[in-house]
Amino acid sequence: MEFFSISLLNGLSYGLMLFMLSSGLTLIFSMMGVLNFAHASFYMLGAYFAYALSTSIGYWPALFIAPLAAGLLGALFEQVCLRRVHRFGNVPELLITFGLSYLVLEVVQLVWGRNVVPYGLPEQLQGPLFTLYGTQFPKSRAFIMLVAVLMLGGIWLVLTRTRIGLIIQAALTHPDTVQALGHNVPRVFMLVFGGGAALAALAGVVAGNTYVTEPAMAYAVGSIIFVVVVVGGMGSLAGAFLASLLIGVVQTFAVAIDTSLADLLRVIGVQVASGNPLEQALRLTVSQIAPMLPYLFMVLILIFRPRGLMGTRED
Amino acid sequence: MTYALELKNLCKSFGRTEIIRGANLAVRPGERVAIIGPNGAGKSTLFNLVSGRLQPTSGEVHLNAQRIDGKKPHEINRLGLSRSFQITNIFPHLSVFENLRCAVLWSLGYRYTFLRFLSGLHDANARADQLLAQVGLAAKRDVQAVNLTYAEQRALEIGVTIAGGAQVILLDEPTAGMSTTETAHFIRLIREVTEGKTLLTVEHDMGVVFGLADRIAVVVYGEVIAFDTPEAIRANPRVQEAYLGSPVAAAQGGAH
Amino acid sequence: MVSSSRRKWLAWGGYAAVLIAAPLVFRSSLAVNMLSQMGFLIVICLSYNLLLGQGGMLSFGHAVYTGLGGYAAVAAISYVDAHGIAVPLVLMPLAGGLMGALIAVPLGYVSTRKAGLTFAMISLGIGELVVAFAIMLPDLFGGDGGISINRTYGKPLAGISFGPQLQLYYLIAAWCFVCTALMYAFTATPLGRMLNAVRDNPERAQFVGYNTQLVRWYSFIIAGFFAGIGGALGTINFEIFNAADSLSGLRSGAYLLFTFLGGVTFFFGPIIGAVLMVLAMVLLSELTAAWLLYLGLVFVLMIMYAPGGIASLVMMNVQMARTGRLGRFAGPYGALALACALLFLGVAPLIEMVYHLQLNVGAGSTITFFGMPLDAATAGPWVGSAVVALLGALAVHRAGRRFALAWGRAQEEIQAELQRAGAAA
Repeated sequence: MEFFSISLLNGLSYGLMLFMLSSGLTLIFSMMGVLNFAHASFYMLGAYFAYALSTSIGYWPALFIAPLAAGLLGALFEQVCLRRVHRFGNVPELLITFGLSYLVLEVVQLVWGRNVVPYGLPEQLQGPLFTLYGTQFPKSRAFIMLVAVLMLGGIWLVLTRTRIGLIIQAALTHPDTVQALGHNVPRVFMLVFGGGAALAALAGVVAGNTYVTEPAMAYAVGSIIFVVVVVGGMGSLAGAFLASLLIGVVQTFAVAIDTSLADLLRVIGVQVASGNPLEQALRLTVSQIAPMLPYLFMVLILIFRPRGLMGTRED
Repeated sequence: MTYALELKNLCKSFGRTEIIRGANLAVRPGERVAIIGPNGAGKSTLFNLVSGRLQPTSGEVHLNAQRIDGKKPHEINRLGLSRSFQITNIFPHLSVFENLRCAVLWSLGYRYTFLRFLSGLHDANARADQLLAQVGLAAKRDVQAVNLTYAEQRALEIGVTIAGGAQVILLDEPTAGMSTTETAHFIRLIREVTEGKTLLTVEHDMGVVFGLADRIAVVVYGEVIAFDTPEAIRANPRVQEAYLGSPVAAAQGGAH
Repeated sequence: MVSSSRRKWLAWGGYAAVLIAAPLVFRSSLAVNMLSQMGFLIVICLSYNLLLGQGGMLSFGHAVYTGLGGYAAVAAISYVDAHGIAVPLVLMPLAGGLMGALIAVPLGYVSTRKAGLTFAMISLGIGELVVAFAIMLPDLFGGDGGISINRTYGKPLAGISFGPQLQLYYLIAAWCFVCTALMYAFTATPLGRMLNAVRDNPERAQFVGYNTQLVRWYSFIIAGFFAGIGGALGTINFEIFNAADSLSGLRSGAYLLFTFLGGVTFFFGPIIGAVLMVLAMVLLSELTAAWLLYLGLVFVLMIMYAPGGIASLVMMNVQMARTGRLGRFAGPYGALALACALLFLGVAPLIEMVYHLQLNVGAGSTITFFGMPLDAATAGPWVGSAVVALLGALAVHRAGRRFALAWGRAQEEIQAELQRAGAAA
């Protein structure tokens, strides 16, 4: 019971972090038709900026400044590079964000090295929030959940209650009409891209010291949020939410299960003979195949429900 | 008798918005039908439903007595229905000749083969050249489709639409954006290439409609409110009220 | 005026001649090694462009097919060697090709259900799935140490054991030529042309009777076949297969980057890309520690200013030359080249100094830049380079503007001529 409840909470916090990232990706995709391959790079920049800032001005100011810095970089990139490439089509747009992710990785490795950096938790977030049946639930993970919920609430409020939010919603489907009405749509695009980058960076700031901060973090989480977006259905925020939580919870549970696949099969009455060519595969524990699960999910969804959990039917 | 195309109580809703609300139509083989109606009446949506681009919410579509609603566009095309689009829909980076050749490949049975060279497919090449002459683009044989003028692209699209030998042709506003001379020339082209075939065309130009069509279907708010000969339509009070305006305006349209 | 089929024979003859003569001109063992690598990378990049350039399918997981093809070759060679069956090395790439095609059947079916950007993400996910899967089965896929083979297994064929690198090069070159020819032939078949049509306008392709998913799936399988051959030649060349490396997303990214750099809109673009890949990874990486950064910058600039890659730049100039107007650009080209050189001479020292300070700080603070010593600890080189870089940027801006204007004017002239010719016809 304790395993279940703590793992559930951990899974939810991880899932909410995934949603922080995949929601920004979905928004940028829905609005600008750009699949931002560098989205996870801003996540990484957020963590590294916060690491650098927290050693000099402390964690709490860094929580605000690091995302701002990343957002500015994102807006700059959109203005200088992305906008230029827009008229060449979807593929060059994706490729330039791919190129950006390459460059960011190189620069990060150059400045901070190739190893894990000691981006630590501030005092206030160390230790357990509460203890459930003898297992601790860390404050830092609860903080991630808090930030995620606040962030998403904030986005929802901005999109539905403010003027700029309404313009963004309209520009989502009819950018030309919105521009004809006199709104500065290119500036809106720049805001959305920069905003998306800032939110990704915010996720990095809170996740970087709870999990690990290293150059490989961008690629690792980047491929998972792509899976989340495909599983949830392209362009659907609700789908991304569902898929994030699902994948977050399943992976967290899987990582903690040490029974092997062979044992699981035995439970349902299938005996694995030795000498079976798949024996080595079945001897793997669930925790060992955990990294593979999100991708397996994606393949299954593509076979049985190609439009994703909540995607709209496309051609 | 077997109708070439039959719509039975066709309905389509997007969410809670009903676009097509029970459309009924029975087109005889070889007939030329013009579909008219106010903007937003659902004419293009009807085409999309018939050609498989959209799935109907309910109702049936029959092509030569075979049910085609729910089928994929390529399946419907193989059964003998082909269409053109309001916004020119061709292969922009292929040459004019290549566009037409691609359009005949399936009908000549070449399917997905990768073991034969295109240059050796004499029937496909001959047919493509024939179509090239028919649509009057022989001089632009090797020009990339994206570099043609608007009217030339529309002509190419007609060629691509009829290339596969489909017996039921749907043309969605074929003369949109053309001048009067271009329109007249284009209508002549359409008449020639669809000789003997069943033709449905969405049109706004009343001169074209009354000159080309055997029968006219009037679509208003997602329903076919009238389907009759041009004279009968002109005199139909419901149609006048919904679309043509006063009897004077209708008479002027007919006198074109 | 050389006829089009005459030109084709010349081009293919020239290609064969270059493949045969290259190691005779560049004789060092390093050169022959590099040429061998170019050989199989040409096959791989061409197979990649079958998806991207021909079919509009952007894949982030091509290494799956090249890697598993390489695995098949290694597995087949190990098996044949252990059991003493007489299957010569020349046929082994076929094992890779068959494996690539076989794997592409189920994976391709799942991937091609969606097009465009979704396809790209799916390819990334599948790539990750396969790598993770292979790493989890070290007995099958060799684990950390990988699987090694000896390419001189069995009896020599007519005195050729493939021990010397030169002999292996000619094996690779032969396969490279055959695969290039086959892939070129594919573009002139109904399936190949319909693949282009589906790329251009999937909707219209449906309305001429084609199931676009099947077109893409079948083409995917064919691309997988050639990718497998390329991968097999690769593992034969290096005599080792390592799952984590051969199947990795980094490799897929490299194929993407260099194929795009070479040019996706022309058939021969990926050939240029493959050559560049080897030059960059072998030579450039020796020259400077910052080579990945330079690569990334070139890639981004290429997308912004020349999305058709180097091949498109070459063809633009060829077409301009055909109208007899290329000569007048000698001046503008010269100016542009000088401006770019200036910019490079400013930016490169900055980059090199930064890299040196971060990575080599123990070796003192001085770097040699083209023979000139620069002390990164002093302000002089920094300020100097920054000034040069700024001047270079301004120069490029101006020279670029002038060049674009001149080019535009030439294009207008050509258009006007065409119109006059068209009207007279």
